[in-house]
Amino acid sequence: MEQYYGYFLYLLSLLTMGGIYAVLTLGLNVQWGFTGLFNAGIAGFFAVGAYVQAILTTPIYARHLGGYEWPIPLAMLAAMALSAVVGYGVAKICIRLRADYLAIATIGIAEIIRLVFKNEGWATNGPRGISQIPKAFEDLPQPWNTLAFVAMVLAIVMVIYLALERARTAPWGRVMTAIRENEAAAAAAGKNVERFRLESFVIGSALMGLGGALMAQYLKQIDPQVSDPLTATFLVFVMLIAGGSANNKGAILGAMLMWTVWSATEILTSRLPDEFAIRSAYVRIFLIGLILQFILQRRPQGILPERRPKPHPRLRGDRAPAANTGSTKQ
Amino acid sequence: MSAMLELDAISAGYGETEILHGIDLHVERGEIVVIIGPNGAGKTTAMKAIFGLLNITAGAIRLAGEEITNTPPQQVVTRGVAFVPQSANVFVSLTVEENLEMGAYVSRDDPAPRIEEIFELFPPLREKRRQAAGLLSGGQRQMVAMGKALMLHPKILLLDEPTAGLSPKYRSEIFRIVQDINAAGATILMVEQNAKQALMVAHRGYVLVDGENRHSGTGRALLDDDEVARMFLGASGGASGKNDGNGGRPA
Amino acid sequence: MMAFLNFYLIPGVVLGCIYALGAIGISLTFGILRFSNFAHGDTMTLGVYITLSLVQFSGLHPLLVAPLAMVLTTGIVLGLDRTFYKPFRTSPAIMLVIASFGLMLMIRSVIQFFWGVQLQALQTGIQMPLEALLPVRFSENHLLIIGATVLLMMAVHLVLTRTKIGKAMRATSDNPELAALTGIDTEVVIRATWAMGASLAVAAGVFLGLDTHVETMMGFKLLLPMFAAAILGGIGKPYGAVAGGLVIGIAEELSAYPWIGTTPLLSPGYKGGVAFAIMVAMLIWKPQGLFRGRQF
Repeated sequence: MEQYYGYFLYLLSLLTMGGIYAVLTLGLNVQWGFTGLFNAGIAGFFAVGAYVQAILTTPIYARHLGGYEWPIPLAMLAAMALSAVVGYGVAKICIRLRADYLAIATIGIAEIIRLVFKNEGWATNGPRGISQIPKAFEDLPQPWNTLAFVAMVLAIVMVIYLALERARTAPWGRVMTAIRENEAAAAAAGKNVERFRLESFVIGSALMGLGGALMAQYLKQIDPQVSDPLTATFLVFVMLIAGGSANNKGAILGAMLMWTVWSATEILTSRLPDEFAIRSAYVRIFLIGLILQFILQRRPQGILPERRPKPHPRLRGDRAPAANTGSTKQ
Repeated sequence: MSAMLELDAISAGYGETEILHGIDLHVERGEIVVIIGPNGAGKTTAMKAIFGLLNITAGAIRLAGEEITNTPPQQVVTRGVAFVPQSANVFVSLTVEENLEMGAYVSRDDPAPRIEEIFELFPPLREKRRQAAGLLSGGQRQMVAMGKALMLHPKILLLDEPTAGLSPKYRSEIFRIVQDINAAGATILMVEQNAKQALMVAHRGYVLVDGENRHSGTGRALLDDDEVARMFLGASGGASGKNDGNGGRPA
Repeated sequence: MMAFLNFYLIPGVVLGCIYALGAIGISLTFGILRFSNFAHGDTMTLGVYITLSLVQFSGLHPLLVAPLAMVLTTGIVLGLDRTFYKPFRTSPAIMLVIASFGLMLMIRSVIQFFWGVQLQALQTGIQMPLEALLPVRFSENHLLIIGATVLLMMAVHLVLTRTKIGKAMRATSDNPELAALTGIDTEVVIRATWAMGASLAVAAGVFLGLDTHVETMMGFKLLLPMFAAAILGGIGKPYGAVAGGLVIGIAEELSAYPWIGTTPLLSPGYKGGVAFAIMVAMLIWKPQGLFRGRQF
């Protein structure tokens, strides 16, 4: 019985972390899947959300900014908002440039964010980080607190999923698809391509901030290395590409599946002798990398391929002439 | 004796879209042959098809009797075909001399003697030999592009609208050069918008409309043909050079 | 004044040399293979660790075994190109960026697995400033780094302007479609590009290892300054990348100089942000770079 209870708690932790990663993956899906914007700095937006949550909700403590003791939901909204603002700044500069530049700039902004959190000790307690972050429902007795937190995470995933599905099939989503397919045609149809991209980047960034806010609560403590920034970014990408870019169900499936794989390999490798256990952490990253390369080459559409919404009637009408002007030279 | 270049019922296009619907064309050794036609008629497509840049779905292309249908560009070059695209046809950050050298990339011989010969053909290039090609005037760039293509004594030279975007003065200059290099032994197939001038220097011409042969004949005969004149020559001679005849299809 | 020279300018030039060598590879890869190679920094790290093993094995000076490490690293990179990049030659560039992003972590995990994560040194003993040059404080390593960089750059210049393959590399970077029409064998050019980029990256990494120490994140930490240098110099312009590298290296060191009052202008903790700031400024105002590189 004892043993089953342990399995049960492990399952809950898988669902919680998987759910938090699903929030991040859905955020990336808006940026990369819907719009084709490559964000290599997921960890940065995530960290902004985590720190906002931590600073706004922790009780007063001499070593870092705090003592505001905001209610948890309000802090989560603030985390999304600040992450969105950072996303707006990056996107405003890079969105009109080639996709590569956005990738470089986002990996850069993630580094800068990490530097700020590390160096501005008065606000963040530097490398030691912030602990005792309040977690939703933690006053309930065990296991109800864990269950309630899982339920909250999964409910948030569900709400985001429904909202994004709605957006995807709404005119907004169809314009996004049109832009990704044929930017010139969409622009010719009178769509402000830059603004649509900006919106999608900001929405994605806000979701990543929310993911950070949830993670800060779940772990109850954060530091500038929150779960190794690059690995986190990398994992989210592999999750989305494995699950199926531009497919919201795929994003959630990918997050749950890859997190389970990631977590299971950790259990396996932790049983190895110490000397190997440390090194085998690198084998895990290597394997995830191989999975990514394999999917990219063999099944780039992922497990659940994209399902196209019906083309926007107005765009479809406008597309033919626009395509013609693109190929007058024969 | 087979033709230098022969297109036999070629159909080709981009992906699903077929643009050429079975065109026939041949160029004899030492000839200048010109292809004219409205925009979208498939003139450039025909050139790209010869050069292995797009998929040929039916028909055959033969170079001096040997089939080269769907051969990749690098091998087409080695077989003796040179192509001068309409735009972006020189390496702008390389010097004139380096551009010419690149023209001989597939050969292992020392390019220097041939570069001297090219300078004989295009004297203005000699003094600019160490200048980046991107800094030259449009006409001189066109000379570099042609010189680069002539480096390996190609069996046939394909020119895609060599006078596009040039001033009338340079346009005449380019047509004169085309005749010069032809006189020096090069066989030439060119696509032109300036139909009248082109037909005047050409031995023979083809009129392409909607991816099909419409007319062919000697340059003189096409110039004198009423229908060709109505379609292309009426508006030609103007500075715009854009005589694409949107009306296209004759009644 | 001496302090400025000794503790800011000279280290800045040394760092600039290292960035410049690394940025050439980034710029060439961008120009010829048309993508931002995120794995470039970790290629550098790999080369440094190979050098480290060769030093430990042979007992020779790192600079003596570095050429062999360049050859070995080039071989590995060519294998990686064939396996992970070649399938995407005709795909959108972003596929290559993702592949390189994955490869970056894969290479690093291999290094961490085989060599461990602890700090290591390429050389034992403390470097003292050369007495002959005092009061200018130049250590032997600094002179070696600057001298070797100058030699390598001259070699790069000769290859790019005097050899057929070098000219073909510039031509392909200039206009890949025309290069194919001209009969230039793109695959050969690509291999030459990897070889040059990887070799220079190994050199840069070994210089950094000599100047500081060897650790598994060293290449990644250089990635952003190298990108910034390549963008500053104009993408696809190797000479621009050299200038960009020097500017960024010097700017990073000088940012900590007490220009106003007695405190550093910028807290040394933010040194890493200087490259980023310069890059963002370039992307806003002059995305084609100082040397009119390709603009996307």
